[in-house]
Amino acid sequence: MRSPPLRPRRRRTSLSHILPLFKAKTGIDVKVVAQGTGQALDTGRRGDADVLFVHAKAQEEKFVADGFGVKRYPVMYNDFVLIGPKSDPAGIKGMSDVAEALKAIKSKGAPFISRGDRSGTHIAELDLWKAAGIDIGKEKGPWYKEIGQGMGAALNTASAANAYVLADRGTWLSFKNRGDLDILVAGDKRLFNQYGVILVNPEKHPHVKKALGQAFIDWLVSPEGQKAIADYKINGQELFFPNANVPGA
Amino acid sequence: MRAPVTDLPIVLEDVSFSAGGVTILDRISLVLVAGSPTVLIGPNGAGKTTLLRLVMGLIAPTRGRVTWGGREQASPTHRAIVFQRPAMLRRSAAGNIRYALAAAGVPRARRAAHALALGALVGLTGLERRPARKLSGGEQQRLALARALAKEPQLLLLDEPTASLDPAATKAIEDVIRKVAASGIKVVMSTHDLGEAKRLAGEIVLVHRGRVIESGAAETFFAAPKTIEARRFIAGELLV
Amino acid sequence: MPGDVSALQLLLSGDPALLAIVRLSLIVSLSAVVFGGLIGVPFGAAVALTRFPGREAVIVILNALMGLPPVVVGLAVYLLLSRSGPLGSWGLLFTPQAMIVAQTVLIAPIIAALARQTVEDLWSEYRDELAAMDVGPLGRIATLIWDGRFSLVTALLAGFGRAAAEVGAVLIVGGNIDGFTRTMTTAIALETSKGDLPLAIGLGLVLIAIVVVVNAAAWGLRRAGERLAG
Repeated sequence: MRSPPLRPRRRRTSLSHILPLFKAKTGIDVKVVAQGTGQALDTGRRGDADVLFVHAKAQEEKFVADGFGVKRYPVMYNDFVLIGPKSDPAGIKGMSDVAEALKAIKSKGAPFISRGDRSGTHIAELDLWKAAGIDIGKEKGPWYKEIGQGMGAALNTASAANAYVLADRGTWLSFKNRGDLDILVAGDKRLFNQYGVILVNPEKHPHVKKALGQAFIDWLVSPEGQKAIADYKINGQELFFPNANVPGA
Repeated sequence: MRAPVTDLPIVLEDVSFSAGGVTILDRISLVLVAGSPTVLIGPNGAGKTTLLRLVMGLIAPTRGRVTWGGREQASPTHRAIVFQRPAMLRRSAAGNIRYALAAAGVPRARRAAHALALGALVGLTGLERRPARKLSGGEQQRLALARALAKEPQLLLLDEPTASLDPAATKAIEDVIRKVAASGIKVVMSTHDLGEAKRLAGEIVLVHRGRVIESGAAETFFAAPKTIEARRFIAGELLV
Repeated sequence: MPGDVSALQLLLSGDPALLAIVRLSLIVSLSAVVFGGLIGVPFGAAVALTRFPGREAVIVILNALMGLPPVVVGLAVYLLLSRSGPLGSWGLLFTPQAMIVAQTVLIAPIIAALARQTVEDLWSEYRDELAAMDVGPLGRIATLIWDGRFSLVTALLAGFGRAAAEVGAVLIVGGNIDGFTRTMTTAIALETSKGDLPLAIGLGLVLIAIVVVVNAAAWGLRRAGERLAG
């Protein structure tokens, strides 16, 4: 039996944990196409998804303002961590200021892997360089490698090259091919990563499953959905922090 | 019983054929009538194969014309040909014959029995289920003969049917040809084997360098050849 | 850790999720072979048997399309089937049907090019006989396809190998949806991105094993057929 499919897009997740709960409650089958935020927003713009679950707030708001989405709901946040080799050639281990850490990496010319794929993580990384006062587009050197691929590929590359890389904690925790890599910088407020959920505008794309999509969104931001998100743990660590009710999130 | 002969006589009037600027047949006039086998003799490259293909209607003359029973039609309904190196369809021996029967319009229900009879006629009994391509050269020739006979032709063309066969296989083929000719089918065949021509021919056509040098009853041809080429060919000299 | 359990063990133990992935891969790729064959074989045969202006160009293009990059095919089919594309109303994007369409587009030229070669070679051998037997155009095509069937099976196998091995097209048009459009190759890509290299390699070995088994079966069929039909 297959209920009418919903097609949210998003990157990587606790979704495999929470979707069965949603299905048990409503009988609605959610089909997940995992894409980077940039690609997911484009997929939504083309009308090939019903619900977008993404993490790049400014772009999400633009998506809604352009009329492609109905409304953006904040759902949860997780955090990014700066990963690097244990040998730490840039000497950033334990820093509390991620901008200072990036400056150190650049001044040492230590190898750094960038997603380079317009994903939410990539956009967050670009914002962090900006916060460090570095125009990475102009100042990048051979040490800065944009691979144009997903988080897993970036971690695999960093592991092979003993390079620094910005990753979301969830992907890092479930990543197995770590080699000599470890978390070097975490906890800076600027490393928090806000997720939002958007229903694709049925006025633009009439085939969008409006009622089913809205039901999913309503459940995500409901106390029950928020608890399900908080309950998702890898190795005993909570990965996502629900904040649907925090104004401005 | 066979339908009345409609393709004979076959008349070639001043026929030439050239390909790629090379003249292969040069102004040939020839009449093929019902009766005993006509054998085209002459050295390799004389144009015998091309002549047979023209008579079959597979190719059209560059100039002149060919008529079958007075008609310029090309449909080879009453004619069959066995090529010098017949292609074997990738089927069993019986399958090859059944295919030819189907192409000749024989109803499906009658094909199996008919194929068996044709196989027996050419001496392939017991080999029906063998893949055709696994048969020996002589067996393949006989299978091609059976395939050609499937159409119940009034005219059977054979291009060097025994070339490169051993004496036993040659004899088997010649026996079938005699049987076919005796049944009233007009046989026109080519050979460069003088002995075979003597054994089978009622009429001889000597072809050399794309021209008909001499033609006539076999007895007369061998007893009193009129041309120097014929005399030399009969004497076993090389015609070049 | 799941990485310590090889995909082969999961498969042998009948892990339903993995079996579903294997089943979907086979359904998608074999369907693509069927449709690619239905398109490619007659098309290749028609090109082999007809003479028309631009025929040489068609053959060159057909041969070149054998190397069609899967991602390009995937992208083209994606744009075609997207809700904003010309066939968007069919709602096929991110479904197994879309994956079959993409793989069909990918392998039909391979099958057509190989079929053309096969039929043309056979035609040069059969031409005189079939003309002498007065076999019509449709009968000729049917005969050449039937008699070339063992070589054509090789063409279909080449298509199957290509379809089963590619990841670019199915990933783009299928979306790698868990339990719905996840195939062996997209699962391998996913496990690699998770850094779960042992599981990825295990899945890869399973994929190779399946391709070998399919080829062995076809080879056996061909040998048996040739013994019977030559």
